[in-house]
Amino acid sequence: MTQILELVNLTKDFTAKNGTQISAVRGVSLKQAKGETIGVVGESGCGKSTLGRMILQLIRPSSGQVIFQNQDLMSLNKSELRQARRQMQMIFQDPFAALDPRMSVGKLIEEPLLIFGQGSRQERQKKVAQLLEVCGLSSDLASSHPGTLSGGQRQRICIARALALSPKLVVADEPVSALDVSVQAQVINLMMQLKRDHDLSYIFISHNLAVVKYVSDRIAVMYLGRIVEIGSPDDICTDPAHPYTRLLLDAIPVPDPERTRPSDQAPFDPLETKLSSPGCSYVNRCSFATAKCKQDAPKLASVGPPAKSHWVECHLYQ
Amino acid sequence: MSLLAIENLSVEIGPRNNPVKIVDRVSLSIDKGETLGLVGESGCGKTITAMSSIGLLPSTTPCSVSGSVKFCGAELINASDHELRQLWGNRIGVVFQNPMTSLNPSLTIGFQLTEVLRLHRSLQTAEAQQTVLHMLGRVGINQPEQRLLQYPHELSGGQRQRVMIAMALLCSPDLLIADEPTTALDVTLQLQIMQLLRSLRNEMGLGVLLITHDLGLVAEFCDRVVVMYAGRIVEVAPIKDLFKSPRHPYTIGLLNSVIHMGTAKDNRLPIIDGAAANLRARKSGCAFYDRCKSATAKCKDHTPVLTAQADALVACWNPQS
Repeated sequence: MTQILELVNLTKDFTAKNGTQISAVRGVSLKQAKGETIGVVGESGCGKSTLGRMILQLIRPSSGQVIFQNQDLMSLNKSELRQARRQMQMIFQDPFAALDPRMSVGKLIEEPLLIFGQGSRQERQKKVAQLLEVCGLSSDLASSHPGTLSGGQRQRICIARALALSPKLVVADEPVSALDVSVQAQVINLMMQLKRDHDLSYIFISHNLAVVKYVSDRIAVMYLGRIVEIGSPDDICTDPAHPYTRLLLDAIPVPDPERTRPSDQAPFDPLETKLSSPGCSYVNRCSFATAKCKQDAPKLASVGPPAKSHWVECHLYQ
Repeated sequence: MSLLAIENLSVEIGPRNNPVKIVDRVSLSIDKGETLGLVGESGCGKTITAMSSIGLLPSTTPCSVSGSVKFCGAELINASDHELRQLWGNRIGVVFQNPMTSLNPSLTIGFQLTEVLRLHRSLQTAEAQQTVLHMLGRVGINQPEQRLLQYPHELSGGQRQRVMIAMALLCSPDLLIADEPTTALDVTLQLQIMQLLRSLRNEMGLGVLLITHDLGLVAEFCDRVVVMYAGRIVEVAPIKDLFKSPRHPYTIGLLNSVIHMGTAKDNRLPIIDGAAANLRARKSGCAFYDRCKSATAKCKDHTPVLTAQADALVACWNPQS
């Protein structure tokens, strides 16, 4: 197994206007194999987007390491980082905001090639045509502008743009959340096809567990800046360990009118959650919380056979 | 008598010499205590149907609305602004799609929420605040007293959306039109809001028109579903029938393309081929013709009309059964 990415104790603190410290990501460690898709799920405000941006150094981590292809990105200077970034790209949530409305589709896809001075004009245009085809877009679109295209077409252009420099790692932050159900399937099919053809590794960030389950090889569940559970899609979705993962799974509406929901969930505002140091971050919301949970932070522990594939950070499993 | 009865509603938008028919002879009704789901891809006319029926199309949009919409028996099409104002926010609550732009950025949350009660219930601010605080609690907003003094930009997207929902429910409306009310919310909060709507339905007989693209939400909370395609209704069915035996090929495609927890990992996801219909170039025949696998020659030339199939209504010449 070749490793493409390793995060070591990655942390990001933001300082709010009134001077209070907000820890968006608190000590996240993760290893990603080449060709692996890791899905990151969690509620809004749990730090999943911050994590994705820190991997690409779009946000500088407060501490920790991002090791990409055996290179610590934090130790690179500006020009070295620029070269490294060629290998890693991002797909954003909103394809309406991610494309410059004044540039033609062809120019948009060519831009990364131009920035890195790749190929002659003809070569670049050939590459653009090829990328359009790979992403299932007709080559006539090269001269049109994003304003005339549908959401699905725009997201395909964002994907084509991300692929222009043949990256190894793509961080996709809610890539299908803004799209229609029928278009979501098309874009996901495309992303999975590209992964096979180009040996890509994805960090796939989404709040939609069903989508994450479909695309991922492993799923990381984040809560208040920490990965509280990580495992295979089956581990997480059929045999969840952490009480928070169970809550998330229970809340998903199921397209089956015959199914009755076990019980109503109590109102809870995740954004109001205060970190109660030094214990478990989930303690205020957890129905299994004990005195120990208030005092000590749980450590990541392996659960269930096979060993070392399914990890959870909860006192119930220590 | 239905709470809301829409009959042959058509909406044309654009210049008079070249209008585009974006809603084409839509008829639907909602009973007291009923939750009706309205689904379809973006641009199919869901929002326009709902907003035009209660006279909420922006006055700047050049458009013509025809047909009949009766709310508790009273005609709303061509009703005066004065009459409509008595209903909006009072007996008809509306949750708009975009919580970022639906609140006034220069007024506090407290002012905007109490305004509803001051206008419709003639309450004093202090009295109104009690009701507002109670409702904010029910939509899961913590420290509501503090929120009242804040401006919309100080709240997160999810909080703003919940403020919108609270605002729509303040006057205990008979009908709630909810346009993608929970899309900006996490699943846990979404569940909480939908549970609130369900309990209001049970307590006070609230009728809900739920516009959404989340079929999971529809399955769990709606009684009946209306499926729209290219400005027309293609299928109306009780919730169980729609998921068990969808009849229109578009409905089937839509249901198949949903990614759910049981979706098998190894296969490509089924998709509906082709692109959404172009409303400017509307031809005779079925609008779904170009994308339909079971299309025949008849579908090309003759527009199918809604016909009864067991408990459902389907507009298709070759419905599946």
